Amino acid sequence: MSEAVSKDNTLRALGVALAVAFVCALLVSVIAVSLRPIYKANVEAERIAQLELVLAALSDIGRTQTIDSLEARLVDLATGEFDESIDPATYDAVRAASRPATSVAIPADLDLAGLKRRALLAQVYLVRASDNSVDLIIMPVSGRGYQSTLRAWLVLDGDARTVRALKFYQHGETPGVGARIEEPEWEAQWRDLSAYDDDGVLRIGVRTHAGGGYSDDAQYQVDGISGATRTAQGVDGMLRFWLGEFGFEPFLQRVREGQL
Amino acid sequence: MQDSKWRILTRPLIDDNPLTLQILGICSALAVTTSLDTALLMSFVVVCVLALGSGSVSLIRNHLPHSVRIIVQITIIASLVIVVDQVLQAYAFELSKRLSVFVGLIITNCIVLGRAEGFAMRNGFVASVLDGIGNGLGYSLILILVGAIREFFGKGSLLNVQILIPTTQGGAFEPLHLMLLPPSAFFIIGGIIWVIRRKRPQQVEKPEFTLRNLEEGSK
Repeated sequence: MSEAVSKDNTLRALGVALAVAFVCALLVSVIAVSLRPIYKANVEAERIAQLELVLAALSDIGRTQTIDSLEARLVDLATGEFDESIDPATYDAVRAASRPATSVAIPADLDLAGLKRRALLAQVYLVRASDNSVDLIIMPVSGRGYQSTLRAWLVLDGDARTVRALKFYQHGETPGVGARIEEPEWEAQWRDLSAYDDDGVLRIGVRTHAGGGYSDDAQYQVDGISGATRTAQGVDGMLRFWLGEFGFEPFLQRVREGQL
Repeated sequence: MQDSKWRILTRPLIDDNPLTLQILGICSALAVTTSLDTALLMSFVVVCVLALGSGSVSLIRNHLPHSVRIIVQITIIASLVIVVDQVLQAYAFELSKRLSVFVGLIITNCIVLGRAEGFAMRNGFVASVLDGIGNGLGYSLILILVGAIREFFGKGSLLNVQILIPTTQGGAFEPLHLMLLPPSAFFIIGGIIWVIRRKRPQQVEKPEFTLRNLEEGSK
């Protein structure tokens, strides 16, 4: 009995709690830090694998490419010009987006993707036709989904207007609901979708409004996913942001003018 | 407490199964059993966490003040789950992506805390580890069974090896898409519980309420 009483005094409780917390914290930190490089390598391998998936999808429409035939470039998003000062292979876009020196705050009214900041530079891949004109543009896009950040490759035709593919390579959406954005059936909807109308106004999006029915924008939109309205809205905002003036628009404008 | 070591290990398999008798851990059982490989990985993770969690709690049980015991147990369990999650992300990246949040949610799996509080606090290290492994295996047994049934009837495959050829590829098998949705796990677990209780009637609970005879009630 006396032992039970001494076991419950406040100091002892505090001591045990602190000791357990310390040991647990040490264990978690050591494991997390030591496994970090392997995890990062996995993510990088995944990104490349997804890029290869995009290439596989493109080979279906007669655009067979290898990863080495892609022209990797860093684009200054504000001007749309190439930045040659950094090697694209060593550029860490996620890290750059989180650092004040290499990123810029997105004005709230333009932040359709819910990102708050974006990197100054973005890594894009170009595929050139035999006459050296741009044939395909492969761009990374990202945005807030329902409960995670969505990351995908957006493939545009060399006309910088027509979507060829949208391929998600990282997300943490609800399995079976929001996670259906990476199902081939859903992704296939993006193929050959025109992102702009004849006046060059950005119209691309995801139809989510239950009562809205088919509007004028129907031909520029894909179907949403039942039960995943927030995810679909995230995809919608992500594309509108990255194709918009604070995203790749200056760069795409240069492509359209044939300056590359 | 007087049980032999072998009994501690085997009793939770059927006689005292955490899923079918105690109805604990249902949430994760619904979520990760769409295919056999995720069910297997989840089973492995839960066995590890249960064994290590119960073992660690048992080791420090005599130094654990009563007032803070639950929070200390949860701290230990949470740390173990984070460690296992990190290991999975490093060495089983593809599968861990498919298990997504459910590895993290093992922290809130009632089985883990239930065994730490209900068994490990009052038993020695070896018995607690065995109890953890036993309960983990009991959970795994149901998970693997449900995962196998759902993958087989939902996709016609087991461990991603196609066994029945679906109609979309020219075969004669029409996949049951319901099997890939969470409600099907409810039906299957319900069916398993029914079968077990037919064989072991002592598991059937006494009804808490009985309907009065309507004839008598109206008079």
